[in-house]
Amino acid sequence: MKHAISVLVENQPGVLSRVVGLFSGRGFNIESLSVAPTLDPSKSKMVITTSGNKQVLEQIKKQLNKLISVIKVVDYSEKSHVEREMILVKVKAREESRAEVLRIADIFRARVVDVSPTSYTLALTGDTGKLQGFIEILYPIGILDFIRTGTIVMEREMHGRRKLVS
Amino acid sequence: MKKITGAHAFIEAIRCEGVKHVFGYPGGAVLDIFDAILDAPDLQFILSRHEQGAVHAADGYARASGNVGVCLVTSGPGATNTVTGIATAYMDSIPIVIFTGQVSTHLIGNDAFQEADIVGITRPCTKHNYLVKDVNDLGRVIKEAFYIARTGRCGPVLVDLPKDVMNSLVNFKYPESVSMESYCPTYRGHLGQIKRIVGMVLKSKRPVIYAGGGVIHSNASDELFALAEKIRVPVTTTLMGLGAFPSGHELSLGMLGMHGTYAANMAVTETDCLIAIGARFDDRVTGKIDEFAPKAKIVHIDIDPTSISKNVKVDLPVVGDCKLVLKGMLDQLEDMKQEISELRNNSESWLARTDEWKKEKPLRYTQGDTIKPQYVIERIDEIAPDDTIVSTEVGQNQMWTAQFYRFKQPRLFLSSGGLGTMGYGFPAAIGAQVAFPDRTVVDIAGDGSIQMNIQELATAVQYNLPVKVMILNNGYLGMVRQWQALFYRHRYSHTCLSTSPDFVKLAQAYGASGLRVENPKDVDDAIREALATKGPVFVDFVVESEEDVCPIVPAGAPINNMLLV
Repeated sequence: MKHAISVLVENQPGVLSRVVGLFSGRGFNIESLSVAPTLDPSKSKMVITTSGNKQVLEQIKKQLNKLISVIKVVDYSEKSHVEREMILVKVKAREESRAEVLRIADIFRARVVDVSPTSYTLALTGDTGKLQGFIEILYPIGILDFIRTGTIVMEREMHGRRKLVS
Repeated sequence: MKKITGAHAFIEAIRCEGVKHVFGYPGGAVLDIFDAILDAPDLQFILSRHEQGAVHAADGYARASGNVGVCLVTSGPGATNTVTGIATAYMDSIPIVIFTGQVSTHLIGNDAFQEADIVGITRPCTKHNYLVKDVNDLGRVIKEAFYIARTGRCGPVLVDLPKDVMNSLVNFKYPESVSMESYCPTYRGHLGQIKRIVGMVLKSKRPVIYAGGGVIHSNASDELFALAEKIRVPVTTTLMGLGAFPSGHELSLGMLGMHGTYAANMAVTETDCLIAIGARFDDRVTGKIDEFAPKAKIVHIDIDPTSISKNVKVDLPVVGDCKLVLKGMLDQLEDMKQEISELRNNSESWLARTDEWKKEKPLRYTQGDTIKPQYVIERIDEIAPDDTIVSTEVGQNQMWTAQFYRFKQPRLFLSSGGLGTMGYGFPAAIGAQVAFPDRTVVDIAGDGSIQMNIQELATAVQYNLPVKVMILNNGYLGMVRQWQALFYRHRYSHTCLSTSPDFVKLAQAYGASGLRVENPKDVDDAIREALATKGPVFVDFVVESEEDVCPIVPAGAPINNMLLV
């Protein structure tokens, strides 16, 4: 199972290298990674998606916590959360397929961010599954260029509603 | 406030940390600091002959004294030469702080002369490291470095000091406290867990304590002893735990693992409750991991959460300082007289069984016409004073020392356990001797490993550090030869050292004393003479050339599968 782990770190040079070095040195896997400063510019938040059995994940979390530059580690797979990635995809769009590409973009609520006589560049955000579906549909039409961000996550604020239900 | 240079601020900072001794080696990037050292007569600087020697010496100093060892070297090759020493300290959780010179900040990244990215290089083998780019950060960084090195699970911390930072001026005030949001080790064990552990131990029929280096680091030997005596539980220790429990005590099973005693390995295999204290289930201890302590519920006390359930699934973990957790257990046991006496009744037959194992297959060797290395170690143990500090190199000399020298107190045994660094013992002994100038310090070495840092003899002579180096000279890289004999059909590939130097003449050439012993009857006299000699001494014991360390558990086998002879 894929786990999205957020790592709050001190925003200092070399910290990313400590985190990534920990994964490579101990044979853990990074599937995707995103890093940016938080509202407090002295801190950064990373989200790492990784996989492994229970013991490996426990080690990943503990080893991350052990790094001196790491302030907090949260495994979002244990929580109800919102998850987003973004892709930019440049799709072949000649006469016969121009309308089709726009229709697909519309269905997925993607936005056209660049256009040329032979292509559209589409931006789409969503969870991994939605993005995967979008790519599969576009693939036969012809993908000219493609780039994808790492996953970002945020915990859902459900506590109030839970109380109402129970 | 008067402005001072970064170099003088550095001196002031380590002085505030209570540093009395610095091991190291000068060079271009640290000229400013070395100049400032001349103005600090209260700091004793010990010039090693290789940076690796300086780090091992700081490490030996730390292990023997319990204080943070300090090392200062230059940039580039000076810094890279420290890496083996740092990795050694990291694997064994030893508190040292390494200061490295660096090229000036405007040159960093330019492939400048003697530039190396030592912070990048040592990231995986330090507990933490720093590059100081602004002299105003110097005090805070040094304060944090010492704090991180000696708290929690101890370890090496490196601080990289660019040349221009050291010669710029600063209004210096050393901070009084450390404030780090991201670092807060757990010392007090969870009380509920401690109660559960006590309950589990009291219910067991065949408990065993498995104590590691953590007991020594947290100075918990007295509490360990009290616990073992109170509930009458036999104790086995790891290599790093030697001395945590007195060897030879009726409850002591000796060391466990690959070269452990028959009794210890059998007890761990049969126990129904294994109490791991400050130990980390290393592969040299567990052998085949699936068959380690197969009948046991496992309790694990450790200050480092990553150690718990890393190799072996633990039933009852508690994160905390060994000393405090053991105290907590003893407190719980205070009003449990009834339960304790039940446990003691139950475990009488278990103790009888462990005693039987001890009697049935003790560690042994047969002394013949040539000197047996084990005999030399037994004689050193017999003749040297009780508070003698013993370091070892790595290989057969290390394992025989672990087996045959009876360590009765903590901090008397210095050895590279985790990394297994040949060349560790001699500089570590030098460091220990600096910490304790009046005690006897012995390095038990092999003819192979002593040659890995033999240049440090010049250091020992220069500072009149009377370290006694006992070389068990068998003409081989003995441990590897033993494996080649047992598991590679006696094909001795590059393990024969037929052209070693004459160690007696070599010692004399350095201005030290040298002795050679070839006959078993001369062993005692040679040890006495060496111990009575004022300066450093090399004693070259010509020992049986193909003696094996036994028992040995073959790699990947369960630990009750021992080759006994």
